[in-house]
Amino acid sequence: MSVLIYTENFDGKFKKANFEIVSYGAEIAQQLGTDAIALSIGNVADDELKQLGTYGATKVLSFNDERFATLDNQAYATAIARATEHTGANVVIFSNSNTSKAVAPRVSVKLKAGMVFGVTGLPKNLDPFTVPKKVFHGKAFADVVIKSPVKIISLAQNSFGVTEHPSEAVIETFAADIDDSTFKTKVISVEKATGKVLLTDAEIIVSGGRGMKGPENWKPLEELAEILGAATACSRPVSDEGWRPHSEHVGQTGKIVAPNLYIALGISGAIQHLAGVSSSKVIVAVNTDPEAPVFQAADYGIIGDVQKVLPKLNEAFRKFKAEN
Amino acid sequence: MKILVCISNVPDTTTKIKLTADQSAVDLANVQWIINPWDELALTRALELKETSGGKIEKVTVMTVGTQSAEPTMRKALAIGADDAIRVNAEPQDAYFTAQQIAHALKDEHYDIILCGIESSDYNGSAMGNMLSEFMELPAVSSVSNIEIDGDQVKVNREIPGGYEVVEPELPFVAVVQKGIAKEPRIPSMRGIMMARRKPLKVVEPAEAEALTEFVRYEPPKPKAACKMVDADNVEELVELLHNEAKII
Ligand SMILES: Cc1cc2nc3c(=O)[nH]c(=O)nc-3n(C[C@H](O)[C@H](O)[C@H](O)COP(=O)(O)OP(=O)(O)OC[C@H]3O[C@@H](n4cnc5c(N)ncnc54)[C@H](O)[C@@H]3O)c2cc1C
Ligand SMILES: Nc1ncnc2c1ncn2[C@@H]1O[C@H](COP(=O)(O)O)[C@@H](O)[C@H]1O
Repeated sequence: MSVLIYTENFDGKFKKANFEIVSYGAEIAQQLGTDAIALSIGNVADDELKQLGTYGATKVLSFNDERFATLDNQAYATAIARATEHTGANVVIFSNSNTSKAVAPRVSVKLKAGMVFGVTGLPKNLDPFTVPKKVFHGKAFADVVIKSPVKIISLAQNSFGVTEHPSEAVIETFAADIDDSTFKTKVISVEKATGKVLLTDAEIIVSGGRGMKGPENWKPLEELAEILGAATACSRPVSDEGWRPHSEHVGQTGKIVAPNLYIALGISGAIQHLAGVSSSKVIVAVNTDPEAPVFQAADYGIIGDVQKVLPKLNEAFRKFKAEN
Repeated sequence: MKILVCISNVPDTTTKIKLTADQSAVDLANVQWIINPWDELALTRALELKETSGGKIEKVTVMTVGTQSAEPTMRKALAIGADDAIRVNAEPQDAYFTAQQIAHALKDEHYDIILCGIESSDYNGSAMGNMLSEFMELPAVSSVSNIEIDGDQVKVNREIPGGYEVVEPELPFVAVVQKGIAKEPRIPSMRGIMMARRKPLKVVEPAEAEALTEFVRYEPPKPKAACKMVDADNVEELVELLHNEAKII
């Protein structure tokens, strides 16, 4: 018995979401009276692997095979299924990244292990194994029972948090022995921007809607993002109109984000927009319309014209940053 | 080449979600049913590919696992332009169950490209497409934001943090699609609706299959505290609240 946590690396580094699932997995392992073992696939330095111990992993299996430099769903799933069998894990934990969505369902079928994606907290019950998740994009919550002996869950980002444990992790090399014939997809080119804060990693997001009136008004919004070290985002009509790139579109049909702070400027708060941002810890809204639905979702609100409020916000935040 | 689009029949995304009195289920009486938005975009892209393929793509088929109540949604997919439809006559229980049903129904059929959406807008499972590829022992590419046909090859864009990769899978394969796959979903024309009535909609009986998960209880979201209003002429107060009260800056 054990809890296995698949920790995905990004160019050899782990992100907060990985530390969060290790913290979460360690807590479940404790409840089950067993060990939390992390699995890393790819080229990650020992110092980086050791970090997983800080969050409660007692062992880290490191599988380094150069054919795994890019994602092949079948090969990754085979490796993770082998590691599950190798460790005798009965709970396998993923983050809710795109890679997890690509791989976890295949592991589920390989091991005949029931899977629940986007779990929002600790199991409510260990027997039957019952986990909470959002359904209908947050319009309701559900308790789901996993009936198989091996359980697969992915944790929704920021729903558990990061907790440190005073433990040391043993690093062990793992060989999954994957046959060349398993690889059936080939990456032929890569386009990647570097240096920008990624929307899905950002702790703070400054987002603009149609109330911004036009692409020419985005300067002060970008300035606010810069002051706060934030990423910029937008509502769907804004990206549809070409005011902002599609990669910034958040919501049900765009990116789902869960920052600590989401600042919505001139966004009405349509249900499909909120579906992508409602997991934010704190939401601030600026809107001229006191009846705008965004104020139902927001924690703090300002009724006013973004064009007038934004420069004041920039000044106030800049002053705060200078003093703190 | 043939393309299959897997369609999940879901409540309209603007539906107010009500629970049954004992909270054991979502009350779906009087709900408007639609094609899951991702699947509608997948279908749109499949039709675009067919139209620009110069006859290379013979057929676009839509497929669902669902009871008779899913038929209007399938007729709508036919009205949008799919050539034919298959319905496995079973109430979907979970993705593991649904994927087995589709895999079984496709045992003797051949599709070169199978499209699924990244998630159903009801239970937000994000699972079916990749489970199906595993049951069918096919390669799959997820997070697909574009598909192009290039001679006998298919090239897809896969979204990665900060960009995308162009991936060439061996055929046949499953593509799990997301934002970008098509711009706007197509809507049925009057002529499409007329033609859809006569297009084939095959019903196949389900196979023995099991579900591994079960939704046992529902809760409404916790009520939120009222929004605290800050005066537009005193934005320093907002900074102060974010620092001292919310403690996030
Ligand atoms: C299937 C489906 C999926 C969708 N998916 C998404 C999605 O993923 N993401 C998304 O964002 N939308 C999505 N939408 C669209 C969504 O329904 C809304 O139309 C959209 O979110 C509205 O964007 P908005 O708030 O920027 O614009 P609007 O609704 O036009 O709101 C503009 C707001 O700005 C305010 N305003 C105007 N002038 C000012 C000013 N000077 N200062 C301050 N405030 C001002 C107005 O009071 C208003 O509240 C989807 C719709 C459908 C049907
Ligand atoms: N009952 C179903 N019948 C056919 N396809 C489905 C069904 N349920 C889900 N799918 C497909 O699987 C995708 C992901 O669904 P899910 O795993 O339920 O979130 C959907 O976008 C559909 O393409």
